Amino acid sequence: MGSHMAGLSEEAEKGGVNRALNRKKLGFLINPIAGMGGRVGLKGTDGREVLEKAIALGAQPWARERALEALKPLLRLKDEIELVTYPSPMGENVALNIGFSPKVIQADLREATTEKDTKRAAKAMLDEKVDLLLFAGGDGTARDICSAVGTSLVSLGIPAGVKIHSGVFASHPVRAGELAALFLQRSIQRTMEAEVMDVDEEELRREIVSARLYGYLKIPHVERFLQRTKTGSTGNEKYNQEAIAAEVVADMSDEFYYLVGPGTTTSAIMQKLGLDHSLLGVDLVWRNNLLGKDLNEEQILEKIIGKPTKLILTPIGGQGFLLGRGNQQISPEVINQIGKGNIIVVATKQKIHSLNSRPLLVDTGEDSLDKNLAGYYRITTGYREAIIYKVNSL
Amino acid sequence: MSGRKTMENNSTFKLREKFHQAKWDEPIIFELHTPGEKGVLVPEVEQEIQEAVGDGISAIPENMRRKSNPALPEVSQMRVLKHFLRLSQHTLGADFNIDIGQGTCTMKYSPKINETFVRSPKAAAIHPCQDQDTVQGALEIIYKLDSFLQEISGMDKFTFQPGGGAAAILVMVSIIQKYQELRGEGQERDEIITTIFSHPSDAAVAAVKGYKVITLYPDDLGLPDIEALKKAVSEKTAGLLITNPEDTGIFNSKIQEFTKIVHDAGGLCGYDQANANGLLGITRAKEADFDMCFFNLHKSFSSPHGCGGPATGALGVCESLIDYMPIPLVDFDGNKYSLNHNLSHSIGKVRGFYGVFPAVLRAYAWVMSMGAEGLKEVAEVAVLNNNYVMKKIQELKGAAISYPKTQGRIEQVRYTWEKLTEDTGVSTEDITNRMVDFGFHLWSSHHPWVVPQPFTIEPTESYSKAELDEYLAGLEKTVREAYEDPDKVKNAPYQSVSHKIDHHPLDDPEKWAVTWRAYLKKQKKGE
Repeated sequence: MGSHMAGLSEEAEKGGVNRALNRKKLGFLINPIAGMGGRVGLKGTDGREVLEKAIALGAQPWARERALEALKPLLRLKDEIELVTYPSPMGENVALNIGFSPKVIQADLREATTEKDTKRAAKAMLDEKVDLLLFAGGDGTARDICSAVGTSLVSLGIPAGVKIHSGVFASHPVRAGELAALFLQRSIQRTMEAEVMDVDEEELRREIVSARLYGYLKIPHVERFLQRTKTGSTGNEKYNQEAIAAEVVADMSDEFYYLVGPGTTTSAIMQKLGLDHSLLGVDLVWRNNLLGKDLNEEQILEKIIGKPTKLILTPIGGQGFLLGRGNQQISPEVINQIGKGNIIVVATKQKIHSLNSRPLLVDTGEDSLDKNLAGYYRITTGYREAIIYKVNSL
Repeated sequence: MSGRKTMENNSTFKLREKFHQAKWDEPIIFELHTPGEKGVLVPEVEQEIQEAVGDGISAIPENMRRKSNPALPEVSQMRVLKHFLRLSQHTLGADFNIDIGQGTCTMKYSPKINETFVRSPKAAAIHPCQDQDTVQGALEIIYKLDSFLQEISGMDKFTFQPGGGAAAILVMVSIIQKYQELRGEGQERDEIITTIFSHPSDAAVAAVKGYKVITLYPDDLGLPDIEALKKAVSEKTAGLLITNPEDTGIFNSKIQEFTKIVHDAGGLCGYDQANANGLLGITRAKEADFDMCFFNLHKSFSSPHGCGGPATGALGVCESLIDYMPIPLVDFDGNKYSLNHNLSHSIGKVRGFYGVFPAVLRAYAWVMSMGAEGLKEVAEVAVLNNNYVMKKIQELKGAAISYPKTQGRIEQVRYTWEKLTEDTGVSTEDITNRMVDFGFHLWSSHHPWVVPQPFTIEPTESYSKAELDEYLAGLEKTVREAYEDPDKVKNAPYQSVSHKIDHHPLDDPEKWAVTWRAYLKKQKKGE
């Protein structure tokens, strides 16, 4: 009995040490100027001039309020996690304010922070080996983090910017905090890659939307799309992509050129074919050979004119754009060349359900073409699985 | 009378706030293994028998004999009894709780008198290998229940061989396959169409039979999009498998247009009526032009489920497809009941003999006790109960019905906690965990969650207003807590067998252990 008790307490002691060693690290970053443009009718806050204009128009920093909201659900884990942040407005102030005792990474910041600070901070978080980087900002901030650390960190956005086209943001600051808590407590363990999108603000101010796909961040897998069920699980998105790739490749014919659009799902098809490819660009394939990688509109047209071609597309971004966001190389002329009947649409089930029953969208820039492209499409969602889904013009 | 409340119309109930489920910390039965312990002492074989039979083993062909004894746990009778009684107390069975939170799976009440019929030696001691002349009564019951279901559905012949709903779907898809093969189009027609709110087994079984599965999504009204169906059908269409009302509880009044579109494309139409509680005596598969349909006797016809079987998916077909049915069918020549094995295109068998006779007998007894008018009343009360609960739930803060543009539901409703989750961070899963604390089961919904933060309730005709009110009081209390003290709900359950369960291993085949041997192996590997 005695030795058994001793064993137990030793075990418990070890547990305590382990707990301290295993204390989860939460990286916390704020882009203090994010969102300021939106309140005063500007389309974003990228660039110093716009920021000055925004301040002159009376814009107040609101990213910190949003970030504060997000930290609230994490307060209950205060003693179980270590919060790592950047000085003053980039996280420290808010963290102290709400009651955390953060570890602050030393850095010299000027009064007005820039994208360089965001990038430096993200890199520092990587060095700190944080388990999750929670950042407050908009698409521009997500882009900076993406370019600095890519998918080597798990990150999650607190929506605080003017533009939120990227899929890396929680629907609401509180939800971001809750998701972060679930991830740090290991209630959510899986991660998924989500798109980082941004529109050109200059063009947006001239009423032209030209969103580009900048890359991917690794985010906690949102449970809503992966609930336990009595019918079994859908497994993770990666398996789903592999199943889609198997189906598409099995159906490929030697007769056609295949123009493969950007995205991780289309990328899985290229991987299945064993071909080099561009994740964010448009590639051309014929009889299992890569004819062109990351092609622009002109190069595409040059290669496909007169050749029967099929176009493989997957919706991009949270709004479900099939055309016109992140794949503008596939221009109206390219689409007319290929023909509506030769468009193959693929999407993971997770992606479809993230649309919350909204239709997919096309916005090629030509109204008549968009109207013609609208309608019902057969979307490949798995191996020998498809859905019929609606595509609308704007 | 603490906790006892009186509602309008003298509906009296008590929300069991101090409920606590038994927790026995029961080991796996293999862990109780004690070498040499025996449950039953088998008497010595008498000399005479021993001489006739020999050792009883050498008569079995060599290749069918085990090399070693099975590694079954050796446990005495009393320990076995206690073990399983304790386990039974870990469940929230249909006879324990107000089991309306299982939308699409709700079990209605199974009158206990039906058990006396089933346990009578007249039913329990018969054997399917007996001469037909000696089981005329059993065959008569099968034949008569078949004729009742023909009346209820408008179909022309039923089989009770499928051991459950999914097995009945398997028969439907097998018939579709054979039918298309005989038309010479078996190869070309390799697609089955279904809808996202039909029962998931429809898609699953079609996939098992090698079909491509084409799934339709709902329109704004919550009905399967008919324009999408038009896009889906082609010369590749083998058939349609569809539920109506779907899991939303919305009745698809365009269903006849659906079957026409599929028939015009050359496909057959199978109606998944696993759940017919709200339709008995009201609408029929025949009038919607379906070629086949099935009922779950263990749902709509009051036979218990038996934990995943034995159950019965009673499958009916129209005249032109009788020849494709599983064998044998029970026929009657006006004088004698007989088994008909002689069907020229039969798909074969999906289960031994003619199915689970006790389930058929219970259903027969239930139908006989209700009568035709009674069955119609079942549907009316099921719809009334459902619409009462729906009205009450819509009054709860943060709860709503899905597809509110469409009013009126049949026997169940898919609801959403989307607003409540946005307001409080409490999810549908948290609420299901909290309801357990009052002795209730609340099921979220089939995957995928097309409706955000869903839950589905199907009151059936079995429950009284008092019981519906009791369940609603549980929901009401949980909602109040969600707004006032969300962590209380998020940290539930407090009074159940187990606290929170990590579901991630369900997605990881490396973590699965469906047998004791697999568990030992994987545990060893993990060390």
